[in-house]
Amino acid sequence: MTLKASNLTLARGGVPVLTGLSFVLEPGAALILRGPNGAGKTTLLRTIAGLQPAVEGEISGVADQIAYAGHADGLKAMLTVRENLVFWAQVFGRHDITPALDAYALHPLADRLAGTLSAGQKRRLGLSRLLVTGCPIWVLDEPTVSLDTDAVAMFAAAVRAHLAQGGSALMATHIDLGLEADVIDITPYRAMTTLRVGASDEAFL
Amino acid sequence: MIALLMRDLRLAFRAGGGFGLGLAFFLIVTTLVPFSVGPQPALLSTIAAGVLWLGALLACLLSLDRLLALDYEDGTLDLLLTAPLPLEAAVSVKALAHWITTGLPLVLAAPVLGVLLNLPGAGYGWLVISLAIGTPALSVIGTFGAALTVGIKRGGLLLSLLVLPLYVPTLIFGAEAARRGAAGLDPATPLLMLAGITLATIALMPFASAAVLRMGLR
Repeated sequence: MTLKASNLTLARGGVPVLTGLSFVLEPGAALILRGPNGAGKTTLLRTIAGLQPAVEGEISGVADQIAYAGHADGLKAMLTVRENLVFWAQVFGRHDITPALDAYALHPLADRLAGTLSAGQKRRLGLSRLLVTGCPIWVLDEPTVSLDTDAVAMFAAAVRAHLAQGGSALMATHIDLGLEADVIDITPYRAMTTLRVGASDEAFL
Repeated sequence: MIALLMRDLRLAFRAGGGFGLGLAFFLIVTTLVPFSVGPQPALLSTIAAGVLWLGALLACLLSLDRLLALDYEDGTLDLLLTAPLPLEAAVSVKALAHWITTGLPLVLAAPVLGVLLNLPGAGYGWLVISLAIGTPALSVIGTFGAALTVGIKRGGLLLSLLVLPLYVPTLIFGAEAARRGAAGLDPATPLLMLAGITLATIALMPFASAAVLRMGLR
Protein backbone atom coordinates (compact mmCIF):
# COMPACT_ATOMS: atom_id res chain seq x y z
CA MET A 1 0.00 0.00 0.00
CA THR A 2 1.55 3.28 -1.09
CA LEU A 3 1.21 6.14 1.35
CA LYS A 4 0.82 9.47 -0.42
CA ALA A 5 0.77 12.83 1.27
CA SER A 6 0.35 15.90 -0.88
CA ASN A 7 0.62 19.57 -0.06
CA LEU A 8 0.02 19.14 3.66
CA THR A 9 -0.51 22.05 6.01
CA LEU A 10 -0.52 21.00 9.63
CA ALA A 11 -1.36 22.90 12.78
CA ARG A 12 -0.73 22.29 16.44
CA GLY A 13 -2.90 24.10 18.96
CA GLY A 14 -4.28 26.41 16.24
CA VAL A 15 -0.79 27.49 15.11
CA PRO A 16 0.36 26.16 11.73
CA VAL A 17 3.71 24.39 11.98
CA LEU A 18 4.23 22.88 8.54
CA THR A 19 3.02 23.89 5.11
CA GLY A 20 3.37 22.62 1.52
CA LEU A 21 4.82 19.25 2.51
CA SER A 22 4.43 16.34 0.06
CA PHE A 23 5.96 12.88 0.02
CA VAL A 24 5.32 9.33 -1.19
CA LEU A 25 6.16 6.19 0.77
CA GLU A 26 6.30 3.06 -1.38
CA PRO A 27 6.02 -0.49 -0.01
CA GLY A 28 9.44 -1.74 1.04
CA ALA A 29 10.80 1.76 1.61
CA ALA A 30 11.65 3.69 4.72
CA LEU A 31 11.46 7.44 5.15
CA ILE A 32 13.25 9.27 7.94
CA LEU A 33 12.13 12.70 9.13
CA ARG A 34 14.73 15.14 10.35
CA GLY A 35 14.29 18.57 11.79
CA PRO A 36 15.00 20.54 14.96
CA ASN A 37 12.80 20.31 18.06
CA GLY A 38 9.44 21.91 17.46
CA ALA A 39 9.72 21.61 13.68
CA GLY A 40 6.53 19.54 13.53
CA LYS A 41 7.78 15.96 13.27
CA THR A 42 5.38 14.64 15.91
CA THR A 43 2.50 16.67 14.46
CA LEU A 44 3.18 15.20 11.02
CA LEU A 45 3.35 11.64 12.36
CA ARG A 46 0.16 12.07 14.43
CA THR A 47 -1.62 13.44 11.36
CA ILE A 48 -0.48 10.53 9.20
CA ALA A 49 -1.62 8.13 11.93
CA GLY A 50 -5.07 9.76 11.84
CA LEU A 51 -4.99 11.23 15.34
CA GLN A 52 -5.57 14.74 14.08
CA PRO A 53 -6.82 16.18 10.79
CA ALA A 54 -4.64 18.07 8.34
CA VAL A 55 -5.58 21.73 7.84
CA GLU A 56 -5.02 21.37 4.10
CA GLY A 57 -3.82 18.65 1.77
CA GLU A 58 -4.54 15.00 1.14
CA ILE A 59 -3.30 11.80 2.71
CA SER A 60 -4.16 8.55 0.94
CA GLY A 61 -3.46 4.86 1.45
CA VAL A 62 -3.59 4.90 5.24
CA ALA A 63 -6.99 3.37 6.14
CA ASP A 64 -6.39 0.64 8.75
CA GLN A 65 -2.85 0.18 7.44
CA ILE A 66 -0.96 2.00 10.15
CA ALA A 67 0.75 0.87 13.31
CA TYR A 68 1.65 3.99 15.28
CA ALA A 69 4.22 4.20 18.07
CA GLY A 70 4.45 7.56 19.78
CA HIS A 71 6.36 8.88 22.78
CA ALA A 72 4.26 6.77 25.15
CA ASP A 73 4.33 3.00 24.80
CA GLY A 74 0.72 2.29 25.80
CA LEU A 75 1.74 -0.37 28.30
CA LYS A 76 -0.19 -1.34 31.39
CA ALA A 77 2.10 -1.53 34.42
CA MET A 78 -0.02 -4.16 36.14
CA LEU A 79 -0.11 -6.56 33.19
CA THR A 80 2.77 -8.88 32.31
CA VAL A 81 4.81 -8.44 29.14
CA ARG A 82 2.96 -11.36 27.57
CA GLU A 83 -0.49 -10.03 28.56
CA ASN A 84 0.31 -6.61 27.12
CA LEU A 85 1.38 -8.12 23.79
CA VAL A 86 -1.50 -10.58 23.61
CA PHE A 87 -3.94 -7.73 24.20
CA TRP A 88 -2.58 -5.68 21.30
CA ALA A 89 -2.40 -8.75 19.07
CA GLN A 90 -6.09 -9.44 19.75
CA VAL A 91 -7.07 -5.82 19.11
CA PHE A 92 -5.54 -6.21 15.66
CA GLY A 93 -7.19 -9.61 15.19
CA ARG A 94 -4.05 -11.72 15.61
CA HIS A 95 -2.79 -14.27 18.11
CA ASP A 96 0.85 -15.21 17.66
CA ILE A 97 3.19 -13.08 19.76
CA THR A 98 6.26 -15.36 19.59
CA PRO A 99 7.94 -13.52 16.65
CA ALA A 100 7.58 -10.25 18.57
CA LEU A 101 9.15 -11.76 21.71
CA ASP A 102 11.94 -13.23 19.56
CA ALA A 103 12.75 -10.01 17.73
CA TYR A 104 13.36 -7.99 20.89
CA ALA A 105 14.70 -10.82 23.12
CA LEU A 106 11.75 -10.51 25.47
CA HIS A 107 11.35 -14.21 26.32
CA PRO A 108 13.17 -13.93 29.68
CA LEU A 109 10.90 -11.02 30.61
CA ALA A 110 7.63 -12.47 29.31
CA ASP A 111 6.08 -13.11 32.72
CA ARG A 112 7.31 -9.96 34.45
CA LEU A 113 4.89 -7.12 35.13
CA ALA A 114 5.49 -4.34 32.62
CA GLY A 115 5.67 -1.84 35.48
CA THR A 116 8.82 -3.50 36.81
CA LEU A 117 10.77 -3.19 33.54
CA SER A 118 13.49 -0.62 32.94
CA ALA A 119 12.88 2.26 30.55
CA GLY A 120 14.78 0.54 27.73
CA GLN A 121 12.97 -2.76 28.30
CA LYS A 122 9.62 -0.96 28.22
CA ARG A 123 10.63 0.64 24.95
CA ARG A 124 11.55 -2.76 23.52
CA LEU A 125 8.13 -4.05 24.55
CA GLY A 126 6.49 -0.97 23.02
CA LEU A 127 8.33 -1.56 19.73
CA SER A 128 7.57 -5.29 19.73
CA ARG A 129 3.89 -4.28 19.71
CA LEU A 130 4.40 -3.17 16.09
CA LEU A 131 5.19 -6.75 15.11
CA VAL A 132 1.93 -8.14 16.52
CA THR A 133 -0.22 -5.61 14.69
CA GLY A 134 0.52 -6.99 11.23
CA CYS A 135 0.06 -3.49 9.77
CA PRO A 136 2.14 -2.71 6.66
CA ILE A 137 2.92 0.94 7.47
CA TRP A 138 4.85 1.74 10.63
CA VAL A 139 4.70 5.33 11.85
CA LEU A 140 7.33 5.79 14.55
CA ASP A 141 8.08 8.82 16.67
CA GLU A 142 11.61 8.75 18.13
CA PRO A 143 11.60 4.93 18.38
CA THR A 144 15.13 4.60 19.74
CA VAL A 145 14.72 6.76 22.85
CA SER A 146 16.24 5.02 25.92
CA LEU A 147 17.42 2.00 23.89
CA ASP A 148 21.00 0.73 24.31
CA THR A 149 23.17 -0.17 21.28
CA ASP A 150 22.10 -3.84 21.28
CA ALA A 151 18.43 -2.87 21.37
CA VAL A 152 18.94 -0.32 18.59
CA ALA A 153 20.43 -3.13 16.52
CA MET A 154 17.37 -5.32 17.29
CA PHE A 155 15.15 -2.45 16.21
CA ALA A 156 17.10 -1.90 12.99
CA ALA A 157 16.89 -5.63 12.23
CA ALA A 158 13.13 -5.62 12.88
CA VAL A 159 12.64 -2.64 10.55
CA ARG A 160 14.81 -4.29 7.87
CA ALA A 161 12.77 -7.52 8.10
CA HIS A 162 9.56 -5.50 7.93
CA LEU A 163 10.74 -3.67 4.80
CA ALA A 164 11.87 -6.96 3.21
CA GLN A 165 8.31 -8.26 3.61
CA GLY A 166 6.94 -5.32 1.66
CA GLY A 167 6.13 -3.14 4.63
CA SER A 168 7.13 0.48 4.92
CA ALA A 169 8.20 2.76 7.74
CA LEU A 170 7.96 6.49 8.37
CA MET A 171 9.99 7.57 11.37
CA ALA A 172 11.40 10.56 13.14
CA THR A 173 14.82 9.71 14.47
CA HIS A 174 18.26 11.26 14.79
CA ILE A 175 20.15 7.99 15.07
CA ASP A 176 21.74 6.39 12.03
CA LEU A 177 20.15 2.94 11.87
CA GLY A 178 22.17 1.79 8.86
CA LEU A 179 18.98 1.49 6.80
CA GLU A 180 18.59 2.22 3.10
CA ALA A 181 16.23 5.08 3.75
CA ASP A 182 15.29 8.39 2.22
CA VAL A 183 15.62 11.36 4.51
CA ILE A 184 13.32 14.37 4.50
CA ASP A 185 14.44 17.47 6.33
CA ILE A 186 11.19 19.23 7.20
CA THR A 187 12.83 22.51 8.22
CA PRO A 188 12.15 24.23 4.82
CA TYR A 189 8.43 23.47 5.18
CA ARG A 190 8.04 25.31 8.46
CA ALA A 191 5.03 27.59 8.43
CA MET A 192 5.05 31.24 9.37
CA THR A 193 4.02 31.14 13.01
CA THR A 194 2.20 34.45 12.75
CA LEU A 195 -0.57 32.82 10.73
CA ARG A 196 -3.47 31.51 12.71
CA VAL A 197 -5.66 28.70 11.47
CA GLY A 198 -9.22 28.59 12.75
CA ALA A 199 -10.14 29.26 16.32
CA SER A 200 -8.22 27.78 19.18
CA ASP A 201 -9.68 26.97 22.56
CA GLU A 202 -6.25 26.58 24.13
CA ALA A 203 -6.90 29.51 26.45
CA PHE A 204 -9.64 27.55 28.17
CA LEU A 205 -7.68 24.36 28.68
CA MET B 1 -13.53 -6.01 21.77
CA ILE B 2 -13.56 -9.01 24.08
CA ALA B 3 -9.81 -8.53 24.48
CA LEU B 4 -10.39 -4.95 25.64
CA LEU B 5 -13.11 -6.03 28.07
CA MET B 6 -10.95 -8.79 29.54
CA ARG B 7 -8.00 -6.43 29.84
CA ASP B 8 -10.05 -3.79 31.65
CA LEU B 9 -11.53 -6.36 34.02
CA ARG B 10 -8.10 -7.87 34.70
CA LEU B 11 -6.65 -4.43 35.41
CA ALA B 12 -9.53 -3.60 37.75
CA PHE B 13 -8.90 -6.67 39.86
CA ARG B 14 -5.11 -6.23 40.04
CA ALA B 15 -3.39 -4.07 42.65
CA GLY B 16 -4.29 -0.41 42.29
CA GLY B 17 -7.12 -1.23 39.89
CA GLY B 18 -9.74 0.31 42.13
CA PHE B 19 -12.14 -2.61 42.27
CA GLY B 20 -14.07 -2.44 45.53
CA LEU B 21 -13.44 1.27 46.08
CA GLY B 22 -16.95 2.15 44.93
CA LEU B 23 -18.40 -0.68 46.94
CA ALA B 24 -16.59 0.40 50.12
CA PHE B 25 -17.71 3.99 49.55
CA PHE B 26 -21.32 2.84 49.12
CA LEU B 27 -21.07 0.85 52.36
CA ILE B 28 -19.67 3.79 54.31
CA VAL B 29 -22.14 6.37 52.96
CA THR B 30 -25.14 4.21 53.75
CA THR B 31 -23.90 3.38 57.25
CA LEU B 32 -23.31 7.09 57.91
CA VAL B 33 -26.94 7.97 57.14
CA PRO B 34 -28.43 6.38 60.31
CA PHE B 35 -25.81 8.26 62.36
CA SER B 36 -26.76 11.58 60.81
CA VAL B 37 -30.57 11.27 60.94
CA GLY B 38 -30.63 9.57 64.33
CA PRO B 39 -32.25 6.35 65.57
CA GLN B 40 -35.66 6.73 63.95
CA PRO B 41 -36.57 3.45 62.22
CA ALA B 42 -39.77 4.88 60.73
CA LEU B 43 -37.96 7.82 59.10
CA LEU B 44 -35.11 5.60 57.89
CA SER B 45 -37.51 3.15 56.35
CA THR B 46 -39.17 6.01 54.43
CA ILE B 47 -35.94 7.40 53.02
CA ALA B 48 -34.06 4.09 52.61
CA ALA B 49 -34.75 3.62 48.89
CA GLY B 50 -33.70 7.17 48.03
CA VAL B 51 -30.57 7.03 50.18
CA LEU B 52 -29.50 3.73 48.63
CA TRP B 53 -29.98 5.13 45.14
CA LEU B 54 -28.05 8.28 45.95
CA GLY B 55 -25.26 6.23 47.55
CA ALA B 56 -25.03 3.98 44.51
CA LEU B 57 -24.92 6.99 42.20
CA LEU B 58 -22.10 8.67 44.13
CA ALA B 59 -20.18 5.40 44.33
CA CYS B 60 -20.45 5.08 40.56
CA LEU B 61 -19.10 8.59 40.17
CA LEU B 62 -16.05 7.81 42.29
CA SER B 63 -14.29 5.55 39.81
CA LEU B 64 -15.14 7.50 36.64
CA ASP B 65 -12.04 9.67 36.55
CA ARG B 66 -9.86 6.57 36.18
CA LEU B 67 -11.96 5.22 33.33
CA LEU B 68 -10.13 6.95 30.46
CA ALA B 69 -7.52 9.10 32.22
CA LEU B 70 -5.18 6.17 32.92
CA ASP B 71 -5.35 5.01 29.30
CA TYR B 72 -4.71 8.58 28.18
CA GLU B 73 -1.63 8.98 30.38
CA ASP B 74 0.14 5.84 29.21
CA GLY B 75 -0.66 6.42 25.53
CA THR B 76 -3.08 3.51 25.17
CA LEU B 77 -5.87 5.78 23.93
CA ASP B 78 -3.74 7.10 21.05
CA LEU B 79 -2.92 3.54 20.04
CA LEU B 80 -6.55 2.40 20.35
CA LEU B 81 -7.57 5.29 18.13
CA THR B 82 -5.19 4.10 15.41
CA ALA B 83 -6.28 0.46 15.83
CA PRO B 84 -8.93 -1.07 13.54
CA LEU B 85 -11.38 -1.23 16.48
CA PRO B 86 -14.09 1.47 16.09
CA LEU B 87 -13.76 4.00 18.89
CA GLU B 88 -17.52 3.83 19.53
CA ALA B 89 -17.13 0.13 20.28
CA ALA B 90 -14.08 0.75 22.44
CA VAL B 91 -15.87 3.32 24.66
CA SER B 92 -18.92 1.03 24.89
CA VAL B 93 -16.73 -1.82 26.04
CA LYS B 94 -15.01 0.43 28.58
CA ALA B 95 -18.43 1.51 29.90
CA LEU B 96 -19.43 -2.15 30.16
CA ALA B 97 -16.23 -2.96 32.06
CA HIS B 98 -16.94 -0.03 34.39
CA TRP B 99 -20.45 -1.33 35.02
CA ILE B 100 -19.23 -4.87 35.73
CA THR B 101 -16.61 -3.67 38.20
CA THR B 102 -18.65 -0.87 39.81
CA GLY B 103 -22.37 -1.02 39.01
CA LEU B 104 -22.92 -4.76 39.33
CA PRO B 105 -21.32 -5.06 42.82
CA LEU B 106 -23.49 -2.12 43.96
CA VAL B 107 -26.63 -3.86 42.70
CA LEU B 108 -25.67 -7.02 44.57
CA ALA B 109 -24.68 -5.19 47.77
CA ALA B 110 -27.74 -2.91 47.91
CA PRO B 111 -30.13 -5.42 49.58
CA VAL B 112 -27.60 -6.08 52.34
CA LEU B 113 -27.30 -2.37 53.02
CA GLY B 114 -31.09 -2.08 52.81
CA VAL B 115 -31.21 -4.00 56.10
CA LEU B 116 -29.09 -1.31 57.75
CA LEU B 117 -31.59 1.34 56.63
CA ASN B 118 -34.67 -0.63 57.65
CA LEU B 119 -35.95 -0.90 54.08
CA PRO B 120 -39.50 -2.40 54.09
CA GLY B 121 -39.60 -6.07 53.05
CA ALA B 122 -41.52 -5.43 49.82
CA GLY B 123 -38.83 -3.03 48.59
CA TYR B 124 -35.83 -5.36 48.27
CA GLY B 125 -36.78 -6.91 44.95
CA TRP B 126 -37.71 -3.58 43.36
CA LEU B 127 -34.58 -1.91 44.70
CA VAL B 128 -32.38 -4.53 43.04
CA ILE B 129 -34.38 -4.41 39.81
CA SER B 130 -34.33 -0.61 39.62
CA LEU B 131 -30.57 -0.50 40.30
CA ALA B 132 -29.91 -3.25 37.78
CA ILE B 133 -31.82 -1.31 35.13
CA GLY B 134 -30.50 2.12 36.08
CA THR B 135 -26.79 1.67 36.83
CA PRO B 136 -25.78 0.83 33.21
CA ALA B 137 -26.97 4.34 32.29
CA LEU B 138 -24.73 5.76 35.03
CA SER B 139 -21.69 3.99 33.54
CA VAL B 140 -22.48 5.03 29.97
CA ILE B 141 -23.15 8.69 30.85
CA GLY B 142 -20.06 8.64 33.05
CA THR B 143 -17.95 7.41 30.15
CA PHE B 144 -19.13 10.43 28.17
CA GLY B 145 -18.05 12.70 31.03
CA ALA B 146 -14.70 10.94 31.24
CA ALA B 147 -14.23 11.39 27.48
CA LEU B 148 -15.03 15.10 27.78
CA THR B 149 -12.45 15.68 30.49
CA VAL B 150 -9.72 13.40 29.13
CA GLY B 151 -6.39 15.19 28.96
CA ILE B 152 -7.34 17.78 31.56
CA LYS B 153 -5.08 17.65 34.57
CA ARG B 154 -7.02 16.92 37.75
CA GLY B 155 -10.24 16.74 35.76
CA GLY B 156 -11.97 14.62 38.40
CA LEU B 157 -13.92 17.46 40.00
CA LEU B 158 -14.90 18.94 36.64
CA LEU B 159 -16.02 15.47 35.60
CA SER B 160 -18.30 15.23 38.65
CA LEU B 161 -19.79 18.65 37.95
CA LEU B 162 -20.47 17.72 34.32
CA VAL B 163 -21.86 14.29 34.98
CA LEU B 164 -24.04 14.82 38.07
CA PRO B 165 -26.71 16.92 36.28
CA LEU B 166 -26.88 14.27 33.57
CA TYR B 167 -27.57 11.67 36.26
CA VAL B 168 -30.71 13.50 37.46
CA PRO B 169 -33.31 11.70 35.28
CA THR B 170 -31.88 8.28 36.14
CA LEU B 171 -31.90 9.17 39.84
CA ILE B 172 -35.47 10.49 39.78
CA PHE B 173 -37.00 7.47 38.08
CA GLY B 174 -34.73 4.91 39.75
CA ALA B 175 -35.36 6.16 43.26
CA GLU B 176 -39.06 6.61 42.50
CA ALA B 177 -39.34 3.00 41.30
CA ALA B 178 -37.57 1.73 44.42
CA ARG B 179 -39.68 3.99 46.69
CA ARG B 180 -42.97 2.88 45.15
CA GLY B 181 -41.85 -0.73 45.41
CA ALA B 182 -41.01 -0.28 49.09
CA ALA B 183 -44.35 1.45 49.75
CA GLY B 184 -46.25 -1.41 48.12
CA LEU B 185 -47.34 0.67 45.11
CA ASP B 186 -47.02 -0.29 41.46
CA PRO B 187 -43.50 0.72 40.26
CA ALA B 188 -44.07 -0.18 36.59
CA THR B 189 -44.23 3.38 35.18
CA PRO B 190 -40.97 4.73 36.68
CA LEU B 191 -39.26 1.42 35.89
CA LEU B 192 -40.25 1.69 32.24
CA MET B 193 -39.07 5.31 32.11
CA LEU B 194 -35.79 4.22 33.71
CA ALA B 195 -35.38 1.41 31.20
CA GLY B 196 -36.08 3.87 28.40
CA ILE B 197 -33.40 6.27 29.67
CA THR B 198 -30.89 3.44 29.99
CA LEU B 199 -31.55 2.09 26.51
CA ALA B 200 -31.41 5.55 24.95
CA THR B 201 -28.10 6.37 26.63
CA ILE B 202 -26.61 3.00 25.64
CA ALA B 203 -27.68 3.62 22.05
CA LEU B 204 -26.60 7.25 21.70
CA MET B 205 -23.90 8.06 24.25
CA PRO B 206 -21.08 5.96 22.72
CA PHE B 207 -21.23 8.11 19.57
CA ALA B 208 -21.00 11.29 21.63
CA SER B 209 -18.19 9.84 23.75
CA ALA B 210 -16.20 8.76 20.70
CA ALA B 211 -16.68 12.15 19.01
CA VAL B 212 -15.48 14.18 22.00
CA LEU B 213 -12.63 11.74 22.56
CA ARG B 214 -11.41 12.21 18.98
CA MET B 215 -11.47 15.95 19.52
CA GLY B 216 -9.81 15.71 22.92
CA LEU B 217 -6.90 13.66 21.59
CA ARG B 218 -5.99 16.00 18.74
